[in-house]
Amino acid sequence: MINERIKRNSRYVVVFIVMIVAFLAIVVLNINTGSVKIPVPEIFKIIMTKDGAAEWVNIIWKIRMPRILMAALLGGALSLSGFLLQTFFENPIAGPFVLGISSGAKMVVALTMIVALEHFTFVSSYTLIIAAFIGSLISTGFILLLSGKLRHMATLLVAGIMIGYICSAITDFVVTFAEDSDIVNLHGWSLGSFSGMSWSNVQVAAIVVAVSFALCVFMSKPISAFQMGENYARSMGVNVKAFRVALILLSSILSATVTAFAGPISFVGIAVPFLIKHSLNTAKPLLVIPGTFFGGAVFCMLCDLIARTAFAPTELNISTVTSVFGAPIVIFMMLRKKGGR
Amino acid sequence: MNEDKIFLSLKNLNVGYDGHTLIHDICSDIHKGEIVTLIGPNGAGKSTILKSITRQLSIISGQVVLGNDDIITMPYRLLATRMSVVLTEHLKAELMTCYDLVATGRYPYTGRLGLLTDKDREIIEEALEQVHIKELADKDFNAISDGQKQRVLLARAICQEPEIIILDEPTSYLDVHHKLSLLSILRRMAKEKNITVVMSLHEIDLAQKISDKIICVKGDHLFAYGRPEDIFIKDSIRELYDIDNGSFDPLYGSIELPAPKGDPEVMILSTSGNGIPLYRLFQKAEIPFHAGILYENDLDHHLARDLAAGIISVKPFMPISENDLDQARNVMSTVKAVINAGMDIGSINAPMEELLKDAEDKGILMDIESYLKKRREQ
Repeated sequence: MINERIKRNSRYVVVFIVMIVAFLAIVVLNINTGSVKIPVPEIFKIIMTKDGAAEWVNIIWKIRMPRILMAALLGGALSLSGFLLQTFFENPIAGPFVLGISSGAKMVVALTMIVALEHFTFVSSYTLIIAAFIGSLISTGFILLLSGKLRHMATLLVAGIMIGYICSAITDFVVTFAEDSDIVNLHGWSLGSFSGMSWSNVQVAAIVVAVSFALCVFMSKPISAFQMGENYARSMGVNVKAFRVALILLSSILSATVTAFAGPISFVGIAVPFLIKHSLNTAKPLLVIPGTFFGGAVFCMLCDLIARTAFAPTELNISTVTSVFGAPIVIFMMLRKKGGR
Repeated sequence: MNEDKIFLSLKNLNVGYDGHTLIHDICSDIHKGEIVTLIGPNGAGKSTILKSITRQLSIISGQVVLGNDDIITMPYRLLATRMSVVLTEHLKAELMTCYDLVATGRYPYTGRLGLLTDKDREIIEEALEQVHIKELADKDFNAISDGQKQRVLLARAICQEPEIIILDEPTSYLDVHHKLSLLSILRRMAKEKNITVVMSLHEIDLAQKISDKIICVKGDHLFAYGRPEDIFIKDSIRELYDIDNGSFDPLYGSIELPAPKGDPEVMILSTSGNGIPLYRLFQKAEIPFHAGILYENDLDHHLARDLAAGIISVKPFMPISENDLDQARNVMSTVKAVINAGMDIGSINAPMEELLKDAEDKGILMDIESYLKKRREQ
């Protein structure tokens, strides 16, 4: 028993060290590559001292740093949101994208942008987050309404995908009839991208995500009880109703933040929690929550790097890249589950 | 024990789903350290009652009082320190070892982040030991057998240090060995730690043997409530389960299939339980048989009442009378064979020798193999 504990603990340490190393390596690589190559020693110098060739300082501080931080923050938020939804629906292939929650957020954000830009020239980040949050809750509400009737998990996922399509259709419709100037902005965003992030964006996202993350860590205990099923959780003293509400609100705010800044991003929310749980070989929320957050950050930074550089100067949508990596993982998960039974 | 102090009290409890009452006016008082078992036919609502006591279902009306507190108004957290459960539903345990699973029993006692202290680990190890699953601790919960799973769940419930454990059909899917070991652990726990156990069981024979009190549930009410010796009477069990195709033996708690119908083909002479294997054999082959002269306190007599087409009985320790012998000779004249299953013959039942001799003279005394062979040839 004690040997096993040591073995497991060292496994956790190794996984986290690997993630931290990967995180740092990708940050450096990301800043290094692009249309302008910046040598690695210069990167450290510029980050530490903000001193160096003016063009490089600008590229690093104005473009690449905020973008990579955003990819990390939003990737972490997205994965964490996926983990919370999987806990809530007791289904490993639940996630903000498949359940149509991201599309709902996108729809309300698009509407807000079009309406707001008609009257003002500027929409604040917080407004967008709130709009996305409302959209997330609308989709989630529908899912919950249906989940009362649809006991089977597969049908619930189909319902989520349908809700996603409906929301996308409404978004497309609105975009088609909006004025030209807005569309350009909206079109790139609605397919998902980390480009064009500013420091103020980063600041807002960091505050929202940090608070949500802390709340998740504090909820890790009831989450662990809930993982065993609702009835056992109740018998252990969890107020299941209140817990469910908290879980949905947290996962919605996390995925809303992502959608507000980067648009809908697919598969990250399913693939990352799965990979993390299996590399840690545990589902303990106290480990999986930070693990998933870190893993999501690394995964999205890597995908963003590929999106940026694979066909440079043309930039890919972030979802294109996440799908290429994420979808096979999800298919693998489903095959494995069937074989296991 | 402390007979006067009621620990769990169900007061005019009405339970059911979605506001519809399934079972009404449930009343019973359960004392500390008692094992109380709910029995009754499938779908009678045993689980509904247990779910209501554990607050998985909201109670329609009435009260469940634990100690001095109504469980409805008790915070979930407080209830969790006093009551633990083993449910029938499949427990989800993704990537959890048995140790992890047992450790979840400490939930109500751990801090904000649910980290285990050394004291928690001590209690977990004690619980593992108590149900003899120390060697399973590091195994994946989903990789062990049903019998082992049930014991892990029991260890989990024990870890919660409850005053009362509720188990919904803990013995389903278990083989005899695991059933017995689970129930003896419960028995020991109830007596040593004074933990109250309320459970539902399908096996009435086990219920009779392990329980201090029995609650019979049938239809929309409690059919009976009391000590097993008062409940396990032939007719009440027959009525509870609507048995018209067999019988229940309250003395041994065994269940018997119905006796073969028709006029007896053979007469079986035996004493001291020697006839029982033959009774069962004929019962399975559906050959009606007559049980020979048997003392009423003989083992064979006890079973023959359920399985034989007829018995010639003699009061215990009385000599066999001429009248009894005549009756036996009458039977002998109608059957095709007389089988001696093995008899202890002493001074008081000496006339049995006579009976054997008569049968031999008539040429119908045979052993079981030759009878069955003869029967097949016909």
